[in-house]
Amino acid sequence: MSPLSERIQEYLPLLVTGLWQTVAVTLISLVLASALGLMWALMRSSGSRWMSLPARYIVEFLRGIPILVVLFYIYFVMPEVGLDLTAFQAGVMGLALTYSCYIGETFRGGIEAVDRGQIEAAKSIGMKHGKMMRRIVLPQAFRIALPPYGNNMVMLLKDSSQVSVISVAELTMQGKMLASSTFDNMTVFTMVAALYLCLTIPLNFLMRRVELKMGAAT
Amino acid sequence: MIRFENVHKSFGKHEVLKGIDAEVDKGQVVCLIGASGSGKSTLLRCVNGLEDYQSGRISIEGETIDAHAASIHAIRTRVAMVFQRFNLFPHMTALQNVMEGPVHVLGEDRREVRARAEDHLRRVGLAEKMDFYPSALSGGQQQRVAIARALAMRPDAILLDEPTSALDPEMVGEVLAVLRDLAQEHMTMLIVTHEIQFAREVADGVIFLDQGRIAEHGSAEEVLTRPQNPRTQEFLRRVTHPI
Ligand SMILES: Nc1ncnc2c1ncn2[C@@H]1O[C@H](COP(=O)(O)OP(=O)(O)O)[C@@H](O)[C@H]1O
Ligand SMILES: [Mg+2]
Repeated sequence: MSPLSERIQEYLPLLVTGLWQTVAVTLISLVLASALGLMWALMRSSGSRWMSLPARYIVEFLRGIPILVVLFYIYFVMPEVGLDLTAFQAGVMGLALTYSCYIGETFRGGIEAVDRGQIEAAKSIGMKHGKMMRRIVLPQAFRIALPPYGNNMVMLLKDSSQVSVISVAELTMQGKMLASSTFDNMTVFTMVAALYLCLTIPLNFLMRRVELKMGAAT
Repeated sequence: MIRFENVHKSFGKHEVLKGIDAEVDKGQVVCLIGASGSGKSTLLRCVNGLEDYQSGRISIEGETIDAHAASIHAIRTRVAMVFQRFNLFPHMTALQNVMEGPVHVLGEDRREVRARAEDHLRRVGLAEKMDFYPSALSGGQQQRVAIARALAMRPDAILLDEPTSALDPEMVGEVLAVLRDLAQEHMTMLIVTHEIQFAREVADGVIFLDQGRIAEHGSAEEVLTRPQNPRTQEFLRRVTHPI
């Protein structure tokens, strides 16, 4: 075998392409999951049964299915009903759906933790529900939800490795292929782990900074 | 202006208001006193629809107040409320708190509102604190911002639910002074309070509420100095000479 430094240089470009895919999958899923999650949370706290019940059932339904099964379902079953998706699209969709539940619950927790007095004060100046949510409740709810939201983000990043099962060429997938072609499991997977840490450690650090800043602002 | 006609209100089986008849005239200050749990807050909250009531009628200038009707939002812009615990919006400065309703609910011109809001804050003695967040203000200062927030709506009447009860004793005076000013300018106010001396000074009328009923209703002099009802006498003895 060639020396370690050479092997690392040889593997790195491929793994870095995987890393970018991981970043892309994570970011797009995060945006979609956050938007969907916000929708679930708003439906649940709308005060209307017609809104809150469907949201509650959708979330409970999705949360009861393992993420791998969601991915298989979207990738293998959807084409049969005419929805052809690339592996990347299916992966993003599966992650977004699954994480919309966690993120939705996080937002809902934030909304419910806002002091009742805030809602009464908003009502007492004549605000209607929508404006009250936008201007009074959500800004405070986001602040409360920020630490758990940060956790969701890191978990989503790590769970993006799951989409390797439907052959999305992200970091874990690239590692698996590289390892099986070189048999250099130790080097390859150590590099894969290190590359994940290159993302998660700064992310954790950033979240802590933001939390501190937010905490200081109130 | 604000009129209660045989108002009944229950929480489940528990009847909290048992037929309230009363009236607050324009420019009047009416103080609502009574023991804890007698229904004072509930009565106040029915006026701006934070609670509903089961029967009877509450009206403002002839318009019926119904917490479930679409009209309630418009009514709330005319009847401001000041809470025991201030309930300022923590993510907004004092000035933004005061401007919020006129700008974002009434849709008034931001610059005009700003000038007016600054006036209101100056009036309540907070010229220096306009750009402070509530967390940087004392309780008394926060309550004065809350009063300015109410005034900025240019309401027909203000409801105040124990506005000084959550304050440290040394801050009670500054808030009462602001309310005294407002009373002098004939702002219509319905105030739940335990400050008997204050009520004696400013109230045109005093209502003593006892277990969901009006036990005594009259001028401040009548109710506070020469109460007829033994329950009023007993209550006043307890609040003015706490053991
Ligand atoms: N949201 C509520 N649900 C059930 N009971 C309530 C609620 N709010 C108040 N009550 C009851 O109504 C009664 C009157 O309460 P309240 O109006 O707050 O009295 P006060 O302001 O005079 O102390 C009390 O017995 C209280 O327990
Ligand atoms: Mg009360």
